Amino acid sequence: MLDVQNLSITFNEGTLDEKKALQHINLHMKKGDFVTVIGSNGAGKSTLMNMISGSLKPDIGHVKINEKDVTMLPEYKRSQYIGRVFQDPMAGTAPTMTIEENLAMAYARNKKRGLRIGVNKKRKQMFRENLERINLGLENRLNAKVGLLSGGERQALSLLMATFTEPNILLLDEHTAALDPARAELITKLTGEVVEQFGLTTLMVTHNMQQALDLGNRLIMMDKGQIILEVSGEEKKALTIEKLLHEFQRIRGKQMESDRAVLG
Amino acid sequence: MLIAIFSAIESGFIYALMALGVYLSFRILDFPDLTVDGSFVTGGAVAAISIVNGVPPVLATFYALIAGFIAGIITGVLNTKGKINPLLSGILMMIALYSINLRIMGKPNIALLNESTVFNQIEGFWAKLGIDEFLNSILTALGADRLPGTWAVLIIMILVTIVVKFVIDYFLKTEVGLALRATGDNEKMIRSLSANTDNMKIIGLGISNGLVALSGAFVAQNDGFTDVSVGIGMIVIGLASVIIGEAIFGTKTIARATLAVIAGAVLYRIVLTLALRVKFLDTGDAKLITASLVIIALVAPKIIERQKEASRKRKKRAMLAEGGGADNA
Repeated sequence: MLDVQNLSITFNEGTLDEKKALQHINLHMKKGDFVTVIGSNGAGKSTLMNMISGSLKPDIGHVKINEKDVTMLPEYKRSQYIGRVFQDPMAGTAPTMTIEENLAMAYARNKKRGLRIGVNKKRKQMFRENLERINLGLENRLNAKVGLLSGGERQALSLLMATFTEPNILLLDEHTAALDPARAELITKLTGEVVEQFGLTTLMVTHNMQQALDLGNRLIMMDKGQIILEVSGEEKKALTIEKLLHEFQRIRGKQMESDRAVLG
Repeated sequence: MLIAIFSAIESGFIYALMALGVYLSFRILDFPDLTVDGSFVTGGAVAAISIVNGVPPVLATFYALIAGFIAGIITGVLNTKGKINPLLSGILMMIALYSINLRIMGKPNIALLNESTVFNQIEGFWAKLGIDEFLNSILTALGADRLPGTWAVLIIMILVTIVVKFVIDYFLKTEVGLALRATGDNEKMIRSLSANTDNMKIIGLGISNGLVALSGAFVAQNDGFTDVSVGIGMIVIGLASVIIGEAIFGTKTIARATLAVIAGAVLYRIVLTLALRVKFLDTGDAKLITASLVIIALVAPKIIERQKEASRKRKKRAMLAEGGGADNA
């Protein structure tokens, strides 16, 4: 489904600030794979994410979705195949537009936009059914402007918008990091549910190790632009935070910088 | 007085098209587009030169719309493909259009006094309908002593404006329209939903300046002449209409906001007319008055809001102080 081959990029090449953000990353995801990505700041997690979504282009290497090489495809074209939820709850929705209009824009993602009315009766019904699933009562507020919603509600709506058209790839970029613990837990739970329901191929970056262990069937750990650890299946189920930290120390010979890595 | 107000309302509806164009760029796309100062003249210039050369007025007006559309597209391309900052793209286009407009007209101004225009073409047909007599008889009954020459311009412009309003309202609800609005609201988000935001901006600016030029074409035909400098400060007049309209009539929905913009354009003309009747002020002060209106419309709602908030807090404190006193007793 998603194939990342030999992906590399260096920022500020040839200057003192040179930074090898990604070094020969290879990652293959089968349909329905749910990979969680952890690593300290500057490990290259977000860079990898941006390269898959198309907002950054690699120096060398390829990104393939469904066997199709999309490496040089502009972001807006690629996003037909990719659903995305950002860290900032404000980033995934348009605040001055209503809930139903936001959903209509997400609905049009993998279709050609035309001069049809965006929100018709039939779609409204479908939006309502989808909103019922996230259980926040938003189905009764279809005409409310999204700017009036709380951060948690907006993020839940973003998650729904990213997933209900069943994209080939779902990218979650620390999408619970800006929420309070209760809301973060709700979104984590919703994420597990929708990914399972649609069998979405998902890549999730997180700073929360517990979340990385709880969700998904595979886990990768990144450091200095490289994938340093890959765990999957039964092995992942048996993993604990202590073991992960121990692994990191063993591979890198140093303590994991826990400045932002939330341990539990 | 009545005649002055009448013609103010008349030009209000003509300029409302321009205000709707400014609303599209300034509010919907969040793009402060100064092309307007140039494209308004382009509209008048294209319509005037076409009419002088024998093109039927309706077609000439349509040419003006297309010319404005192209001007807007170029501003959009400068901004999106040339990566020039929005304000500068508009300024560059505005300055370029000044020369282009001179080229189009061939001289600094064109008179249309003896030419046929969309308005005087319709007036012949209009006179037979007897609407003027009917409406004027109402005015006479109400005690007016001087009566407007014709209602044709006003009623036609109301119809045109209403049609344009409904087309815009509809368009902004279509799939493309939603993507256009989102481009001004949250560009990153709509790009992640596979919309080409560059194209959205280019199309939006095209439509916006098309409307502005259309307005310019009507103004030239109504005034009976056009001049290369009529566009100076046009963007501020557009903003005045948008901001006054929004402040007074609200922006709850798109349909409401477009109505507010039209009402704002008419209101602006009325206020300007009344202001110019003050002895101390003359026509040269129109732009100063316009600027003052925009400033008032921007600042007044904030002051009112602040005072409301302050008085609410004062009341709350007063109530608590009383309540607290009671508790202690």
